[in-house]
Amino acid sequence: MKKEVVFVQGNEACVRGALYAGLGFFAGYPITPSTEIAELLSRRLPETKGKFIQMEDEISSMCAIVGASLTGKKVMTATSGPGFSLMQEALGFAVMTETPCVVVDVQRGGPSTGLPTSVSQGDVMQARWGTHGDHAVIALTASNSQDVFAITVEAFNLAETFRTPVVLLLDEVVGHTREKLVLPKAGEINVVARLKTSVPEGTDYHPYLPRDDGRLPMSDFGGVHRHNVTGLTHDMWGFPSSKPDIVYGLMHHLADKIETNVNEITRVKEFFVDDAECLLISYGSAARTALHIVKNRRARGEKLGLLELQTLWPFPAKLVRERCSSANHIIVVEMNMGQILGEVKKAVKNPDGVFLANRIDGGFITPSDVLNFIRITQGKGM
Amino acid sequence: MAVKDYIRKRFFPHIWCPGCGHGTIMVAIIRAIENLGLEKNNIAAISGIGCSARISGYLDFHTLHTLHGRALAFATGVKLNKPELTVIVPMGDGDACAIGGNHFIHAARRNIDVTAIIMNNSIYGMTGGQNSPLTGYGDFATTAPFGNMDQPFDVVKLATGAGASFVARTTTYHVNPMVKILEKAITHKGFSVVEILSQCPTQFGRRNKIPSVVDMLNSYKTDTTPIGSKEKENNPDLIERGIFIQEERPEYCAEYDKVMERASKER
Repeated sequence: MKKEVVFVQGNEACVRGALYAGLGFFAGYPITPSTEIAELLSRRLPETKGKFIQMEDEISSMCAIVGASLTGKKVMTATSGPGFSLMQEALGFAVMTETPCVVVDVQRGGPSTGLPTSVSQGDVMQARWGTHGDHAVIALTASNSQDVFAITVEAFNLAETFRTPVVLLLDEVVGHTREKLVLPKAGEINVVARLKTSVPEGTDYHPYLPRDDGRLPMSDFGGVHRHNVTGLTHDMWGFPSSKPDIVYGLMHHLADKIETNVNEITRVKEFFVDDAECLLISYGSAARTALHIVKNRRARGEKLGLLELQTLWPFPAKLVRERCSSANHIIVVEMNMGQILGEVKKAVKNPDGVFLANRIDGGFITPSDVLNFIRITQGKGM
Repeated sequence: MAVKDYIRKRFFPHIWCPGCGHGTIMVAIIRAIENLGLEKNNIAAISGIGCSARISGYLDFHTLHTLHGRALAFATGVKLNKPELTVIVPMGDGDACAIGGNHFIHAARRNIDVTAIIMNNSIYGMTGGQNSPLTGYGDFATTAPFGNMDQPFDVVKLATGAGASFVARTTTYHVNPMVKILEKAITHKGFSVVEILSQCPTQFGRRNKIPSVVDMLNSYKTDTTPIGSKEKENNPDLIERGIFIQEERPEYCAEYDKVMERASKER
């Protein structure tokens, strides 16, 4: 059977991926450049018996999806930098209460209102450390509509598997570039269902007692188990506790469930990495520019490679160190002041061999922006 | 069932100070639910942060103890996806009207079928006695050491103006009417607001020369009057209590059902 092909923006690819993954509820607030996601879902969700609500702000949007997730739905919100800032409070609540949800941030130039209609990748660290307190988080990204579809499904899968919020860091160029998307058939991409408790009615259900495999089966609000959910540190019943041993266990559980599963969470794409003398590391729309350069230079016999990161957090430090071990130079291509550069420098054996090729003026990073850096690393002038 | 059948003993003793009005309200909520014959599995209690918010943990329902001011936003997500649940949101005055003010007026505007109970003790109790948007002009608080210069909200007018379809006010002195009002509020299809004046002897009374709980409760008797009473005409300063608004209006979840129906036809 012929596959269905559509011509869509990255934002629409995200919507289609979310529906493929079983999205049941979306709450959001209009903000450029993410608004198309809310607009499309305001039409698609009611058609598919899902629920859509436009809330009064991003704070309440984030709260509403967490509430909805507890009733058993797969949930998502979408925003951009300023709205993402407002969501940080409730994002931390989702971390603490281990509530699965997907938060899409279609990045634009910041800080503050910044460049509302221009591209940026300045929210990488906000995704990591935006909410207060020690915590681990999963953040994914993609560089084209086809990958956006797949990574959106992955975002839902990881949210369910690890009972955690997953941040999907798109950017204005990925979100608004209209291109081909071959729609995967049902079953083609694995979809992880909500893990629900098998504890029968009348038997004590412990919402925060991990199974042997570390997973925490859930019980829907409105189901047979009446349990407590709180943003306070809590025991296995979900009741508030400030006992040091309980707090210690909870804090480590929240970090370990993600940090010890880096390999399972890591998604990368590799282009000519093995024999690369100069390795580019990039992600999101910037990786499109990086890939263009790599293909172009390979055709001339220059040994360039690209490591495209799709998982930004937890940062795949071990994989990056391995892939960088044989390259003479590493160039991180990103549209911020070096937010992933710092992580790469921390990961590799020779941080002095890592350079930044970036752009932060709202313009999309072009091949010539990057090529100048490559010339410098090759000992040539600009 | 007895009151103790609706609470989680594991959670006790509770955190409230001796003389606090919040326990009276919790029992009134339980009585109302018992009188209505609601199943515990069909009730969600969703609260924010503060002394009032601790109610949710003490109750043996589906309970969600959320963020300061945000309970109604969480409740909106729960209710829209499980319309069959009875959703009760106990809130404090600062919780509902300061940090949660925006969520409050928008939940009222949508007329979503949630019962918001504003336990108004005119003070931030948990953080130690700061003035709230419901602290009276001239009252004393730790952040109003020379007297409060702010004017308070009138919650009844605020809720009415924002579109709540059930609005009532009562006090912890009037326990039996409180239970009746809560029954009607919970049964009402739409956004219900019940403001309950609740004494805080520790943080409010102590700083405002009414340290006695009995005096505070008596003030609810002497300073309030039923809606439309003769006394109000003679003494306009009296606070009216009773049901101000009880109207049938399009409810949000029911409206969403209509949207889904239109969407399926258009498809």
